[in-house]
Amino acid sequence: MGTLGSLRGKAVATVAAVGALALVVGCSSGDDSVTGGGKKDGKTVITMGLYGVMGIKETGLLEQYEKENPDVDIKAEIAGDEQTYYTALQTRLAAGKGLKDIQGIEIGRAKEITETQSDKFADFSEAAGTDHFLPWKESQISTGDGKVLGLGTDIGPMAVCYRKDYFEQAGLPTDREEVAKLWDGDWKKYVEVGRTFKKGFKGDDVAYMDAASGLFNAMVYGYPEQYYDEQGELIYDTNPAVKEAWGLAADAAEDGLTAKLRQFQPGWDPGLANGTFATAVCPAWMLSHISEKAGAANKGKWDVAKAPKGANWGGSFLGVVEQSPVKEEAKKLVAWLTAPEQQAHIFKEIGNIPSSRTALESADVKNAESEYFSGAPIGRIFGAAAQEIPDKQVLGRKDGTIKDTFSQGLTLIEQQGTARDEAWKTTAERIEKAVG
Amino acid sequence: MATSTTKAPARRGALLHRLDIKGAPYVFVAPFFVVFAAFSFYPLVYTSWISLHDVELATLDVMEWVAFDNYVDLWGDSRFWNALRNTITIGVISTVPQLMMALGLAHLLNYRMRASLFFRVASLVPYATSVAAAALVFTMIFERDFGMINWALGSVGIDPVDWEADKWPAQVAISTIVIWRWTGYNALLYLAAMQAIPADRYEAASLDGASRWQQFTHVTVPGIRSTIVFTIVLSTIGATQLFGEPLIFGQGPNGVTGGADNQYQTLGLLLYEEGWKNYQMGRSATVAWAMFLLLVLVFVVQRLTKRLRSRTS
Repeated sequence: MGTLGSLRGKAVATVAAVGALALVVGCSSGDDSVTGGGKKDGKTVITMGLYGVMGIKETGLLEQYEKENPDVDIKAEIAGDEQTYYTALQTRLAAGKGLKDIQGIEIGRAKEITETQSDKFADFSEAAGTDHFLPWKESQISTGDGKVLGLGTDIGPMAVCYRKDYFEQAGLPTDREEVAKLWDGDWKKYVEVGRTFKKGFKGDDVAYMDAASGLFNAMVYGYPEQYYDEQGELIYDTNPAVKEAWGLAADAAEDGLTAKLRQFQPGWDPGLANGTFATAVCPAWMLSHISEKAGAANKGKWDVAKAPKGANWGGSFLGVVEQSPVKEEAKKLVAWLTAPEQQAHIFKEIGNIPSSRTALESADVKNAESEYFSGAPIGRIFGAAAQEIPDKQVLGRKDGTIKDTFSQGLTLIEQQGTARDEAWKTTAERIEKAVG
Repeated sequence: MATSTTKAPARRGALLHRLDIKGAPYVFVAPFFVVFAAFSFYPLVYTSWISLHDVELATLDVMEWVAFDNYVDLWGDSRFWNALRNTITIGVISTVPQLMMALGLAHLLNYRMRASLFFRVASLVPYATSVAAAALVFTMIFERDFGMINWALGSVGIDPVDWEADKWPAQVAISTIVIWRWTGYNALLYLAAMQAIPADRYEAASLDGASRWQQFTHVTVPGIRSTIVFTIVLSTIGATQLFGEPLIFGQGPNGVTGGADNQYQTLGLLLYEEGWKNYQMGRSATVAWAMFLLLVLVFVVQRLTKRLRSRTS
């Protein structure tokens, strides 16, 4: 009995000890590769983390690369929402686990990455054949000591997308040249046209623009300095550009010119599909979103007109994680994906404007027209808008967060009817919390 | 010589036997406590350590000691009190109707009826749905311009409600998701308890001339009292941790902040905002500890009132 009991005791103790050990081991070990990439079965596996519609997977480029390089296997994961994506990326960079070999970086996060994570991304400054980018694009992802943490995909020159049929109903011109003349050179005129639209429009409840935050972003991005100055100091509360944009966006909100929507949030897409607003300030990359969500039923109703002023709204980069076991292969893939031909291909397929100077000058891009947007010459419109982007673009560490906070501040005016000074105060307090 | 050779193994055997009797239970419960130590106790301690520092998510290795500054700031932070108020109000408007409806539902399920198994299983289906799926569907139903509820309201001539933007509609909408998910689950708990009530009590009650309603209030409810207390405790804990429903209901930046005006930001969301939007892990950990202390406080108050009540009676 005694021996049997002791045996049982021993067995139990062993099981418990093994269990505990397994737990501890399970926490400390894991894959030999932290990025999921590596050499497997004679193939080079490269993993990618992307967001939104960057056009890399959607336009078949990855399959083409795999065909041309049969020993490469690419696994791309796409998150719908950039904010969610970036939060996960931050967590993974901090943990040093769960990363992909190649990670997309949005422009609003570029400064934070270059300032705080530069040692975690591979350097592209020595990479061959990558001197075809717009100079300001490359500088946005470069660190103070000359390290280049990624290569550019698209940029965000803007135009105004508008519904021709609604403009006609409101007694406004519908031709894109004439429409552009209505607000030429000044965003105030764009809002003024909205007042005319509201007065003249006969029919159902259609708002002039989708969201006040769209107008705000479009205006703010037209200036070299937005929320930070070159020394990295916060200047959003004194920068006249921000004040001016805030004031005009608040005017539009208070005058009921907006559909009170939140861009890229649930109500916005059905708003596009059902036509609840007549215009939206549209960076080039937004065209694919509009045509997809507004759907075939609205084809030919939309058109694109030159924006009052040039600005760069958005754009992305592809970076390679330093810890990647297939760093060189991943860098090669990134260089290929951002090469002029591939950028031009993405533009033709879904309309993301290239950040490559060479691609921008190619006939393919220059002569492109959008069938969906009433045959608008988008190559010419956005190409010209790209020329108007200020050569200097000062980025700040928390640009993305501050942009979101301002959008919410304008939502307070639009949806809650908060007084604009009160909304500004709240926004400033939130920014203090977010950056402090 | 002979005695010593026989005695020693016997004594060792007795020792092992005693160890087996006394030690085995500890060994059997050890796996839980190992897991508890690794995934509950250690994080708890580590969180308290972090909450005394200024730490950013991107640079977790750079920690600056600030002692109790984070707690002092939190105490003076209107967002904390707002989140606490929202947590309580959403908790109340989701828990109270939920448990009442569960009680009623359990009472109905307790009747002898056709296909009772089907109804019992069906009542558990919402609980099996993932919180994300449920919240997404409800978000569409409560959508301002094209949602089903506003469409229904419109068809009877009521103006559309901006469910997301206005405080009380938003809180009611979120509570609806919670109620939908948990009512059936609680109902089954009540049902199980109800079936343990001896049938002769009902017989005695009906002999005394008690109506169905009187039977419900005088036999059923007292009979399942401990289960009711149990579900209240569970629901309170659940309400304190409310996170997924409001996060998905708001979608994107508004989800993280609980609406543009923080109109439905719960403590769970505030924790997430501090940690994963502002990347301030120290402040995030402080919120976590504040939530923990709140639960402890609720528990202590509950014990005190119970003791006071038992002393007075």
